[in-house]
Formats: sequence, structure tokens, C-alpha cells
Amino acid sequence: MIRVATYLPLAVAAILAVVFFWALSGDRDPSRVPSPFIDKPAPALDLAALDGGPRLTKAAFAGRVSILNVFASWCLPCLAEHPFLMALAKDGKAQVFGLNYKDKPEDAKAWLAEHGNPFTRIGTDRNGRAGIEWGVYGVPETFLIGPDGRIRHKVVGPITNDQLKQLRRMIGDLGK
Amino acid sequence: MRNASLVLGLVLATALTLGAFIAPPPAALAVQPDEVLADPMLESRARALSKHLRCLVCQNQSIDDSDAGLARDLRVLVRERLKAGDSDEEVLAFLVARYGDFVLLKPPVKPTTWLLWFGPFAIFAVAGLGIWAASRRKRPATAPAAPLSAAEQEKLDALLAQDEHPPSRPPSDPPQRPAS
Amino acid sequence: MIVEAGHFALILAFVFACIQIVVPLIGARRGDDALMDAGRMAALGQFAFILAAFLSLTHAFIVSDFSVAAVAANSHSAKPLLYKISGVWGNHEGSMVLWVLILALFGGAVAGLGNNLPPSLRARVLSVQGMIGAGFLAFILLTSNPFFRVNPAPVDGSGLNPILQDPGLAFHPPFLYLGYVGFSIAFSFAIAALIEGRVDAAWARWVRPWTLAAWCALTLGIALGSWWAYYELGWGGFWFWDPVENASFMPWLAGTALLHSAIVVEKRGALKSWTILLAILTFLLSLMGTFLVRSGVLTSVHAFANDPERGLFILGLLLVATVGGLGLYAMRAPTLKTGGLFAPISREGGLVLNNLLLGTGCATVLIGTLYPLVLDAFGGGKVSVGVPYFTLTFVPLMVPLLVVMGIGPLLAWKRGDLPGVLMRLRAAAMVTGIACLATILLNDGPAFAILGVTLAVWLIMGALTELADRIRLFRGPLSASLSRLIHLPRSAIAMTTAHAAMGITVLGITGSTAWQTERILIMSQGDTTEVAGYALTLEKVAQVPGPNYTAERATLQVAAGGRTITTLYPEKRRFTNPPQITTEAAIRTTLMADLYAVLGDRQEPGAGGQGKAGWTVRIYHNPLVPWIWIGTVIMVLGGLVSLTDRRHRVGAPARAQAPGRPRTA
Repeated sequence: MIRVATYLPLAVAAILAVVFFWALSGDRDPSRVPSPFIDKPAPALDLAALDGGPRLTKAAFAGRVSILNVFASWCLPCLAEHPFLMALAKDGKAQVFGLNYKDKPEDAKAWLAEHGNPFTRIGTDRNGRAGIEWGVYGVPETFLIGPDGRIRHKVVGPITNDQLKQLRRMIGDLGK
Repeated sequence: MRNASLVLGLVLATALTLGAFIAPPPAALAVQPDEVLADPMLESRARALSKHLRCLVCQNQSIDDSDAGLARDLRVLVRERLKAGDSDEEVLAFLVARYGDFVLLKPPVKPTTWLLWFGPFAIFAVAGLGIWAASRRKRPATAPAAPLSAAEQEKLDALLAQDEHPPSRPPSDPPQRPAS
Repeated sequence: MIVEAGHFALILAFVFACIQIVVPLIGARRGDDALMDAGRMAALGQFAFILAAFLSLTHAFIVSDFSVAAVAANSHSAKPLLYKISGVWGNHEGSMVLWVLILALFGGAVAGLGNNLPPSLRARVLSVQGMIGAGFLAFILLTSNPFFRVNPAPVDGSGLNPILQDPGLAFHPPFLYLGYVGFSIAFSFAIAALIEGRVDAAWARWVRPWTLAAWCALTLGIALGSWWAYYELGWGGFWFWDPVENASFMPWLAGTALLHSAIVVEKRGALKSWTILLAILTFLLSLMGTFLVRSGVLTSVHAFANDPERGLFILGLLLVATVGGLGLYAMRAPTLKTGGLFAPISREGGLVLNNLLLGTGCATVLIGTLYPLVLDAFGGGKVSVGVPYFTLTFVPLMVPLLVVMGIGPLLAWKRGDLPGVLMRLRAAAMVTGIACLATILLNDGPAFAILGVTLAVWLIMGALTELADRIRLFRGPLSASLSRLIHLPRSAIAMTTAHAAMGITVLGITGSTAWQTERILIMSQGDTTEVAGYALTLEKVAQVPGPNYTAERATLQVAAGGRTITTLYPEKRRFTNPPQITTEAAIRTTLMADLYAVLGDRQEPGAGGQGKAGWTVRIYHNPLVPWIWIGTVIMVLGGLVSLTDRRHRVGAPARAQAPGRPRTA
């Protein structure tokens, strides 16, 4: 009994060692917060459009695969993922919407004019309240919404090459 | 570029290494005067709630301690909901629905956190029982020795206080040999 | 040139460390005095060369040699001299050199001062120290070379994080490391004892002063860090349960338990196996702290700043030390013969309870700190564990500890008389009761204040009762009592001091958390506000140049009872290298409370929501907060007094007879 007990500290240490090793290896990002919305209906959304057109609401997602990208002109990483959003818009398999987060409309317009506009409609979220509604905690973030209006995937941070592939695959699956 | 990131890395590494206590950045700008509610009861509830909510973009701070923009938004939101008549639980539930359990600095009790919440007390109980069992097993079979008389106690105290003598060794203790 | 010499010295130190591992171990096995002595020389040599390396690095920082990468990345020519020097350990590479320097200092101290130790034990201790030293020197040389040159050298350095440009940085890390690393001696003694298969009272006496010295340093290091955070971070908090703080608190809890369990080994020959385990765990927790802080696995947002290679290397070292230490323990511990029977109600029983509570407390901090990581690793999702968790788990565990601390020291060894002890604590209980009632009547804060005050007063009174009992105060002529006091063993005085000091710290923590007042407001020139009976008037806010920053400095007149008593000058400093803004709180302390003022942003009219121009000002009144640090400093003084006790002096008693024979009493 005592003999077994003396191995207990070693056993606990072994478990911790495995955890530490796991924590060091791989591309774990401890600051990433998983979204509680995955596979749940998209939360409320009702924003004035950047261009003054019809408001951006949840109704826009109905019946088609949609992407909602949270972006701002002051956000440097947004620039990095911008070409990928342009590519997704060009694919035409999903509607690409923008959520302009805590930005001045004129800045956002100038930014889009300079870098290209992938969005079919853009909602302006001046005070960041819609962002909170969607569980946004940084810019950029990208939501993938199915034709049934449920959120299927969320990319935190700029879209990378791998994530673009994954998004395309998921868009293809959802579109079937 | 590489150099720049190296330098940045080093600065941050410094902050981390040294920073036994500097991990949180200066937080003097956290709660702003214009956020404070007029009703002191509501305000104190808001402060208490803020201390239980994690600032998602920060290192390891509550929204009460952080000067990040999102933390401020959340502080204002908490106050708005309280003013609208939400209970503390409703405010927390509102944020958990959007950000998940991660936003709570006090994790909810559920199967995945049982070990966290009950672990310390389980360790205390198991170790305590183990010590109790061991002390019973070790207790000599014969009746315990009669307590020392007052004179004996005084003598012993004097000896212990003086402490020139090494402690006595129970006679049963056998000679020990070095392993080598 | 000096830089290259420093690098070379570090390599030589590594060679000496390797010699220190092998030679004394062979010597101890063969009983060869010459080989064992060579180990001492190697330890002294290792220390000398690391010192040389450290001095050469310090030189590079002082003369701002920006061809050295570590200097370029962390220093700046315009930095004040003090911060150029403290900047040596203000970065990863330099702080590791300080780490091994302190390790070698302890090893050298064992080699130089441990004349009373049996040669074989000393040789084995030095060998284990050599292993730790070699591991970390290899880590520095292979992954974190502080002498790495950059070519071409930059014109100027990037500067040191302004938060670190503070006297706090000069003193907090060295003391913290003295503590962390000092526990390596306890570890080495434990390993050496396991190799020898012999743990006795003499062993406990030898290990205790080293543990005590490390404990004093760690206590001071943690206190300095918390004080630094208190005045630098600008909102009056002193402990945040941040993973990095917890990393230093866990070895403290384990080390405190070790100090107490070693007493039982020394006096009664019991708890041997447990004490060995604690000695091993205390240092392993220190190593784990080093790993957690430097690998970035917990402080995650900055993960990119941490080299995974470095993390892996430290993890490897931690693994070797763990497998070696705990493995040897698992194999050898069952062979340790334990003596010293005792009844549950006895001094030993009290110390066992102390260990149970401190051990559980340490495990709680460990669980709380690592749980998010472990849960994530096993796919259980993401959680945050923050202040509320520790308040609900750790604090309740400390309540019984404080209660027992008041009683335990009065219990007799072997078999205590609890009713008798409680009778002797009558007066203490009465005073505590009065304090409790007074707090209930006067308390305008949360209810835990009542518990905190009661426990603290109980603890202080219990400690004083024990001392009064020992010197038979009021039970004979006062002169007799005084003479007893003078002749008391220093360790007894030390215990009373340290326990009472803990009570003072508890009062400080209670007062500052329960009764803090806070005012956050926008003040224009000439505005007056009142906080806790003080009237504060903002006279002006002016631009003030500093050595390497410019500051906005507010002048706040503080009046009480219509009379101006002081002026506070809180500042907001704008550094350019690197660009960063820090706040400098202004603090006025009457040892009973702190008045604490912080200057925030300038508010334009209309922008502040109240349509008022001015500056955001925060004022705190923190009652009893200085007692937290006064208490810890007294606690450390208690530890130092104990170190001067005859029995604990490093040169104290040798094992009476040759190893292999029992000592006779």
C-alpha cells in the first residue's frame, strides 16, 4: 500500500508532463475562444448598411450559404485576409457579408475602394454592440452560416490558406 | 523583419519572464468616470459582476481591471442590462450565451469542472483519512503510556528548551546503513 | 573581448559543473577523500566562472555595448545607470545567468561552509547541485546565449519595458531567484539522503538552515513583487492569482510546509519520508514555475514571443529532475524507517495538520493554475480560472490553518493536553472575542472582514501566549521572565515572531480588501473631492521632463480637518524607447492606511459624457494595506533570527559518529 503510494507523485508528474508536452507542441492557440454558436441559429442582427441601402438582417442569410466577415479599416490583419475574401466572393458559392466593426463609414468606404469590395452588403456596427451579440472579441473574425440560418464555423483572426481551403470545402458541403 | 519580430519577442519575453507581477499592463484606465452608474447599489453590483468576467482580449484580467476597448464595451453592457432590470445571473447568462464559459472567471460547476471544484476538498479528505488511518495503525497495541507527571513534564520541557541534546531515538529504531 | 571572455567563462563553468557531477559521486562511493574534495573545488570554480560571466554581461549593459544582442534588445543608452544594471536580469538570457549564478552561489556555500557535513553526504549534495547547474548552463549556452553578437551593431538599443524601469525590478527578481533556486539545496540534500538511505535528526538539522534561508528570500521576493505591483499597476491591487504569481506561490507553500515537517524529523524522527518528498516537490515546483513562465504555455497571448525550443529544453530538464527525484523517492522511501510515535493531539499532530492544510493549499493553487490547460488538453473545452475560484477554495483551507496556528505551538510533543492548552489560551480567546465584537459593531464592509480580523487577532494572541507561557510571564518576578526571554532559544523567538507577523499580514489583507474606498472622477483645475475624510484638490497638471520620458504630473493638495497635510504628485509617463505609457501612482501612507492617487487621461469638454473638461483621476483609500508588507518583512526577520539559532547555524553539529552507526542520545 505504502509502496504504491510512493509512486503517486511520479504518476501525477507524468500526467502533467504529457499535458505540458502537448501544450508546447502543435499550433495550439490558448487565446482562442471557441464560439458557443456553432450549429446554433445565428443571433440577432439588424444593422444600417454602409452604403445606405437596405439594412443587414438575419433574413439575408435565408436559403443560401453565407459568410459574415467582421472587418475594420484600422485592422491590419484584415488586409492580409482580404484577397481570400475577394476569392470567396468570386467563387460565387456563398454570399459574403461584411460587419464593419467600430469604424468610421468614410474610412471603411475609402478602404474598400482601395482594396476592393468583396461584400454584397455591409452592416455598420459603430459601437460594437452587434459584435458582442455575435461573440466577437477581435477583428477579423469570419462566420460561416448555413442555408438554414445556423452558424456552422467560425474563423478567429485572419483567414489563412488552410482555412480558405476548409471554408471552401464546407461551403461546398453546405450548398448541397 | 525577422529582426523586428525578434526584438518584439524579446521585449515581450522580458515582460513575461520578469514579470512575476507585471503580466497585467497598467490598468489605471479601467473603469472610466462616465461609465459609473448613479445608483450606488446598481454600480456596486456592476463592479462585482465585472470582477467575475474575463476580458477576452487580455492576458488574464477581468473586464473591471482592463482598459481594452472590448472590456469597456462589456462594462457598459453589464450596466445597461442591470439598469434594464436583469438579475446578476441573467447578465452572466447573456454573456455566456455569446462567449461561452471562457468568459467566466469563476467556472460553472459541471462534470468537466468537478475535479477543479471538488479536487482540493477531495485531496484534503483523502489525505486526512490516510493520515488518520496511518496514525491508528501505528498506535501501539498496549495502552498508551500514562501522561507525564508535572515534575517529569518540567524536566522534559527544560531539556527540550535547552536543546543541547539531540532528540532521543526510539529504541526500536535499528541501526541504519548507508546504501552504498 | 570582455564579452567573449564572459562566454568562455560560461563554457568553463559548464565544464566545472560536469566535473562536479561525476568526481564527488565516485569519491563518495569509494570513500576517497581526495575525489570528494575535488567536488568542492569544482563547485567553487563553477561559481567563480559564472560570476565572471555575469560581471562581463553587466559590463556590456553598463557601457551599452549594442553589438551584444541581449543588450541591444533590452537596453538603451539614455537609460539611468540603475536600470542599465537591473536590465541585466530584465530579459530572458540575462535572468537565466542570474539564475545559475545564484544556483552556483548556493553550491559554493555548501562546498565552502559545509565543514560539519559528513564528507560523503556533502559530496553527493554537490554532485546533485552539479547536475542542476550543468543542465541550466547547457540551456543557456545552447538556446539562450546572452553573449550573442549582432553585426552590424545597432546605433542604439530598443530599451527596456518602462514598467520594468523601476527599483522593483532591481530587487524583486534576485530575491525571488534566491528563494526558487535556494530550494535546490533542499532537493540535493533529499536526493543525497535517498542515495545514502539515511534520514535522521542530523540530516533535518543540516537541511533546515538552507531551506530557511531560501524561504526568507522567497518570502521577501514575493512581497517585493506584490508591493511593486501595488504601486506600479495603479489600482491598488496587490495579488491577482495570475499564473505567474501562482508559480512563485506554490514553492512558497510547499517550502513553508517543509520548514515545519523538518522540525518533526529533527525533534522526533517522524515524517521522514514525507519531508523528503516535500523537499523534492518544493524544488520541482520552482522548476515548474520557471517552465510555466518561460514557455508561454499559460500566458498565452504572447505565445509567439516564446521559443518552443526553449520551452522544450526546460521541460526536458524538469522531466529529468522529476523522474530522477520522484523515481528515486518511489524506490527508496519505503526503506526509510520512521520512528517517533505520537498521539493525534500533540505538537506533531498540529504540525501534520499544518502540512495537510499547506499541502492541500498548494495542490489547490496547482489545480487552479493548470486546470484550463489540462482540460483543454483532454478536449474538455476552455474555461477561465480567476480570482473568484481561489477565494472560494484556497481561502477556506487557510482558515483552519490560522486557527491551528494559534493552538499548535502550545501543545506538548508526543501527547498534548488540549483542554489544558485551551485553558492557557483563555486570555487570548477573550481578547479575540472582544476584537470580533468590535469588528461586528464597526464593520461597514463585507462580513468576511469579521472572520479575517478574528483569525488575525487569535493568531497574534496565540503566538504571544506561547511566548508568555515559555517565559512564565506574570507567574513570577518580571526579572525572572526577562532572563528566561533572553535565554530562550532563538528559534522559539523566531516562531513567535513569524506567527504573529502572519497575523499582521492577514489583518492587512483583510483591511485592504474589505474596507477599500474608491473614487473615480473627472477633475478640472481647482476641483475638490472627498475620500475617506480627506479633501483632495487638483491644483494643476503640468508637463515635466524625466531622464528618458516626459510626464504629465498632477499636483493634488490633500487636506484633513481643514488643514493641508500633504501634496500628491501622480504622474503619467510617456516613454519613447520603447514607446509606452505608464502611470505612477502617488501614495501617502500613515502606517494605518494608504491614500493612493492615479492620474488618467485628459478629458476634452463634452467627450467625457459629463460635458466637463479635466483629467480622469482615481483615488483610493486602502486601510491597513501597509501591514501586508510590514507583516511579511517581520516574518522574514523571524526567519533570519531562527537562522542565527545555534542549532541552525550552517556550521552546527556534525553527525556524532561515522556513518553507518546510530547516534546515541
